[in-house]
Amino acid sequence: MSTTAGGPPVDRFLDRLADFDVTHTVVAPDGVSDAIADVADEPAVGVELPDGLGELPGFVATDPSPSDLEAAATGVTHADLGVADYGSLALPATADGVEPVSLYGDQHVAVVAADDVVPGMPEALSALGDRFRADGDSVVLATGPSATADMGALVQGAHGPKTVHAVVVER
Amino acid sequence: MSSKRRASKAEHLRRVLATEGDAVAENTQGFNQGRYDSVADLEDYEGLKEEAREIKEDAIERLPDLIENLREAVEANGGTLYLADDAEDANEYVREVVADVDGDRVVKSKSMTSEELELNEALAGDGVDVVETDLGEWVLQVADEAPSHIVAPAIHKSRESIAELFEERFDPDRELETAEDLTMFAREKLGEQIADADVGVTGANFVTADSGTVALVTSEGNARKTVTATDTHVAVAGVEKVIPSVEDLRPFVELIGRSGTGQDITSYLSLLTPPVGSPTLDFQTDEVGSPDDREFHLVLVDNGRMAMREDDDLRETLYCIRCSACSNSCANFQQVGGHAFGGETYSGGIATGWEAGVEGLDTAAEFNDLCTGCSRCVNACPVGIDIPWINTVVRDRANRSEHGGDLDWLVEGLTPDEEPAGVDLQKRLFGNFETLAKLGSAFAPLSNWVAGSSVAGAAMERVLGVDDRRDLPTFQRETLKSWAEGRPDVEDPDRAVVLFPDLYTNYMDVDRGKAAVRALEALGVDVTVADECASGRAPLSQGMVATAREKAERVADDLLPYVEAGKDVVVVEPSDHAIFQREYERLLDEDDHEAMAANSYEVFEYVYGLLENGASETSLAAGDGHEVAYHSHCQQRTLGVDTYTTAVLDRLGYDVATSDVECCGMAGSFGYKQEYYDVSIAVGEELADQFSTEETGDRQVVASGTSCLDQLDDLLDRPSTHPIELVAPEPHGRAE
Repeated sequence: MSTTAGGPPVDRFLDRLADFDVTHTVVAPDGVSDAIADVADEPAVGVELPDGLGELPGFVATDPSPSDLEAAATGVTHADLGVADYGSLALPATADGVEPVSLYGDQHVAVVAADDVVPGMPEALSALGDRFRADGDSVVLATGPSATADMGALVQGAHGPKTVHAVVVER
Repeated sequence: MSSKRRASKAEHLRRVLATEGDAVAENTQGFNQGRYDSVADLEDYEGLKEEAREIKEDAIERLPDLIENLREAVEANGGTLYLADDAEDANEYVREVVADVDGDRVVKSKSMTSEELELNEALAGDGVDVVETDLGEWVLQVADEAPSHIVAPAIHKSRESIAELFEERFDPDRELETAEDLTMFAREKLGEQIADADVGVTGANFVTADSGTVALVTSEGNARKTVTATDTHVAVAGVEKVIPSVEDLRPFVELIGRSGTGQDITSYLSLLTPPVGSPTLDFQTDEVGSPDDREFHLVLVDNGRMAMREDDDLRETLYCIRCSACSNSCANFQQVGGHAFGGETYSGGIATGWEAGVEGLDTAAEFNDLCTGCSRCVNACPVGIDIPWINTVVRDRANRSEHGGDLDWLVEGLTPDEEPAGVDLQKRLFGNFETLAKLGSAFAPLSNWVAGSSVAGAAMERVLGVDDRRDLPTFQRETLKSWAEGRPDVEDPDRAVVLFPDLYTNYMDVDRGKAAVRALEALGVDVTVADECASGRAPLSQGMVATAREKAERVADDLLPYVEAGKDVVVVEPSDHAIFQREYERLLDEDDHEAMAANSYEVFEYVYGLLENGASETSLAAGDGHEVAYHSHCQQRTLGVDTYTTAVLDRLGYDVATSDVECCGMAGSFGYKQEYYDVSIAVGEELADQFSTEETGDRQVVASGTSCLDQLDDLLDRPSTHPIELVAPEPHGRAE
């Protein structure tokens, strides 16, 4: 809604990520593994990336147990969509655990395809509405790190990640 | 209200002001400024608000059908929908769910509806350990205090007081000093509790009937953990949270954070179509399980809402999305917060509707008078609820539910109103200000001497609750109407107007009325002064709707023939201009309201129009760089007509600095009332401070509203005046 006019949505998306304190790298699929390795802290947990979004580096453990989740410094997942107007990442609730992996670590690294970035909320909700109605899917639209102002000042990192990094994949 | 009750109410307000006022003011004013900044970035803010409003209107209209659609969707997803009649019914259901899974611990994310139900207490009665995981709610749970704000519940607590609380309760092994220390300590503590929990309870900001999706607007991530870490999810929501489709979330998603805390969007918008598809997490056995083991219960709560849906005046309350914009934009709330301006569960302007509908009239009547009708929340509300009107109606109902008092005879002669016996004497006095003003003027100056005497002052305070620290208005023997009768006609006028001589202008601040007439005449306008001068604003603000309607009809009968004859209506007092525009819609039939609204102008709006259309500004007093500090009236700002005053002053060469407080705090009778005097002064001091800086301290003070002028006169050492007196020919009141 804000200012999607002109420019491709990815440019706006990258600007808005920065507004919400999310760092990013833009890479080709074969650069994803290195891009994750550059920012991820160990121990790291993750879920296998969907086809076309590259590979996880070897040190990222998949199928984490609850204690792995609690101990993780970094969680690596894909995001289904990016929403340019808000720098939001759509994190699906999947059986392999995108939701807990993206939630428990101090850092979340999200891998999203540039061509999955939509301009604004109307496009995002229209895409998600179809999925919710058809498959009963659940998605969290995450914008920036978790935050609270309940303790007398703004603090990033309340119950969720303290930092977020987006790896934007140009296919 | 007895003088004893007034005194105890005043004492309670003073205590809240002293202990919580600073923290509440800092936070709410920060949110409020954030709202202005954030909505300014939207391309079509007004369009989004209209869309949000239409979706809510439609959803409430079709609610029974939508609930049935939702039930089908939830059941198709593998969950259960329970429609609870009231709090007891809802609690009973949740208790059974918890008992069925042998739940020992329930973790909760923030939910006002569960506070309304007192769900925590019900579960604790069964021996269940209930833990709030929102950090603010948890602080309050530890401190055993109630929320003071619907979005930021611990807004009244400072960082220091939270640190003290944690030290005392938990004796932590490291010192907790910064907000980050406190947050990390709470995260750790709560993380352990969430890991061991059996059931997760959330609220719901919206529920979509087409898919059974629960939308949660949060920032901390506790709602995500509450759902993910537990196998059984219970979402508790009022029935009004149901909207037709996922796509309908759009305007709400873009408006709720901006309207509330001034965030473009909160960190997390959870769109859950439960049971969710994440694996279960068992922290004891350190194993993950199948998503198929998850269970979901949606508890939709009526608890008075379906009756509100049938109530033409309370229905709008159900459109509320609990964003807190009405709290943050309210000058009184900014000073006292929800512990004074709130009921059992809800706080701020819209709380009157919620508490009246959910708890009952008595609960709402306890705090409802803190709404002065300033209307600053009206534009802030993302779903366009007429919150002042809800407050007025509930006040009217509360008035009518009171029993007759022994002292009614005291004000009987002064109160020829349409109200039943039993209406509070103080309210009847202020509501019948027309009679008082007429008598005061007829017997001036004697009436002024009597009213100003210490004996009368003490009696007024004891019997009527009129605070003795306030100066009463000074009535003028010569009214504006009698002065104007002798005016010669303007020869060959360009336009003709009828000036509405509001009660203040006609009987007290007559000079500003004379200045208005002179200014208009100088611009080539023929001015007739109308007969009626009581708009109905005074009784309306006391909740005396029938009396206000009777006055509105008299005004329309008086003014509309002039309008039909081609004259425009010009109004000096902003609150009366506003009642013609806004509240007459509720008091008059549609045609009369439209005619009044379309043809009436605030005096500077009219002067601006004349200048734009070729009238010569040299007919008015030039500013020559004269420095003024201007405070516009709250209702004027809501209508967006304050800009005409600054535009005209600029154009005439005045150097204008403006205030940016939401309201002066006087608000008609509010600041005169003994029980609210301290709140009124606290609000007013913010304005006085803005006009006492190095930049503004030497400027001449001008303000458009009578109340604002009274308040500024009480709080500043220098006098204040209406801007029309500055610009009218033969200027009066210009500090040369």
